[in-house]
Amino acid sequence: MKKILNGTDQVVEQMVEGLVKSHADIVHRVEGTRVIARNDKRPGKVGLVSGGGSGHEPAHAGYVGRGMLSAAVCGDVFTSPTPDQIYEGIKAADQGAGVLLIVKNYTGDVMNFEMAADLADADDIKVEQIVVDDDIAVEDSTFTTGRRGVAGTVLVHKIIGAAAEAGASLEELKALGEKVIASVKTLGVALSPCTVPEVGHPGFELGDDEIELGIGIHGEPGFTREKIMPSASLAKQLYERISNESKLLPGDKVVVLVNGMGATPLMEQYVFANDVHELLKNAGVRAEKTLVGDYMTSLEMAGLSLTILKLEDEKWVDMLKLPVDTIAW
Amino acid sequence: MTYDKDWALRWLNDFGERVQENKQLLSDLDQAIGDGDHGINMARGLSELKKAFAEKEPTDLKDVFKTAGMTMVSKVGGASGPLYGTAFLNMSKAIDSDTIDAVGLTNVIEAGLEGIEKRGKSHAGEKTMIDVWEPVVHALHQEDLTDDVVDAALQKTKDLKATKGRASYLGERSIGHLDPGAYSSALLFHAMIQTEVS
Repeated sequence: MKKILNGTDQVVEQMVEGLVKSHADIVHRVEGTRVIARNDKRPGKVGLVSGGGSGHEPAHAGYVGRGMLSAAVCGDVFTSPTPDQIYEGIKAADQGAGVLLIVKNYTGDVMNFEMAADLADADDIKVEQIVVDDDIAVEDSTFTTGRRGVAGTVLVHKIIGAAAEAGASLEELKALGEKVIASVKTLGVALSPCTVPEVGHPGFELGDDEIELGIGIHGEPGFTREKIMPSASLAKQLYERISNESKLLPGDKVVVLVNGMGATPLMEQYVFANDVHELLKNAGVRAEKTLVGDYMTSLEMAGLSLTILKLEDEKWVDMLKLPVDTIAW
Repeated sequence: MTYDKDWALRWLNDFGERVQENKQLLSDLDQAIGDGDHGINMARGLSELKKAFAEKEPTDLKDVFKTAGMTMVSKVGGASGPLYGTAFLNMSKAIDSDTIDAVGLTNVIEAGLEGIEKRGKSHAGEKTMIDVWEPVVHALHQEDLTDDVVDAALQKTKDLKATKGRASYLGERSIGHLDPGAYSSALLFHAMIQTEVS
């Protein structure tokens, strides 16, 4: 393992310190916790808290600030934060109008955020939560815990953030969040695995000419393994699955997010984005906005994910375009 | 038989040692069907628990499990933290005296199982830790809990298809692997069986 570290057990602690020192104008650390909170508080505004395991940078701390999240809670690498930490995040975000938790659908995250919500409830802070499950790699059934929450979460942060800034109530934000979540779909691909520092070796193995489709954001395996293919073929595979799932029709309007997994050059991400735009054009689907870059990474994994948000409401684009004051958006 | 505070402390400390010894194995099992952090998370939680026992010195049997529950919840994270944490907290709630007998122990473990089922919204047959806890509770009711019962329950998880937890995302590909949570639970019950009652 070759990484820039001082010790595998100090990674998160030192990352949090480095982050707040580097961006002290936007965020601060809630003392004694791994909670990153925005500097400007606005009484009467609903607080937004997200978070999860570390290793997905710039998610989630990168989206804390005016126009997006109120606080982000950093867990250990790829491990959900604990309820007491999330509870500290809720307290930091509370400005009297309640707090909305934006959770990615992973078993640990859901359970820990639920426990934190119970703690807050006992303290008379009004808390609601929405669970993002945009990853269509996992087929839904009555038996599964449902689909994973991945890069689409960032679009949810931005839209909900804009609505909260505009003064929406906790109930309105929850309803809006659920609507956006139902309209956002993601599918990822890995070209090479990642190494969790404390583990010290890659999470899975891929041959030099192999790719894995349907991977999650924790180095967990996907649903199928194939030979490497041209970007256009890969884009077609990912797009068609998402298009079928979202039932995209000519005339539909969408937002596209091409998300790097941590070790994919922007050059390759734009090659892929170009292919996606070609597919959209052929399908008669209009991209109202496209985002390309590392938004929800998986340490140094090579690969990317494609997210498509079907616009059920044209206002969503305006909300995505509103300026914010965060580290990473 | 009578189970008291000192027995519970010996049991959970032994569990901690077994997890430390099997840290790599637990992570490898998790690597195959999850994300590979089960060993690291459990080892971290249980070394914190050892510290908590030494520093806080639980006052009674009930307090041992409460300390264990709070430590797992606040130090482990992931899914294992709330699951083991809720189990121990529920076990603590099921105790109202300084010592318990065999029937009391059965009730306590059953309370732990109920906590896991509720927290994980899961039940037996879904390739999770419940697939060890449930047969253990059953055997306790029959007064026939042995290491073999625990091992047999653990081995059974190999053939199950995961429908809960992170392994569920693999579907059919989860078959053929032991469930890491079931493995750590097997360590817990091996430790319990081996801890002599004074």
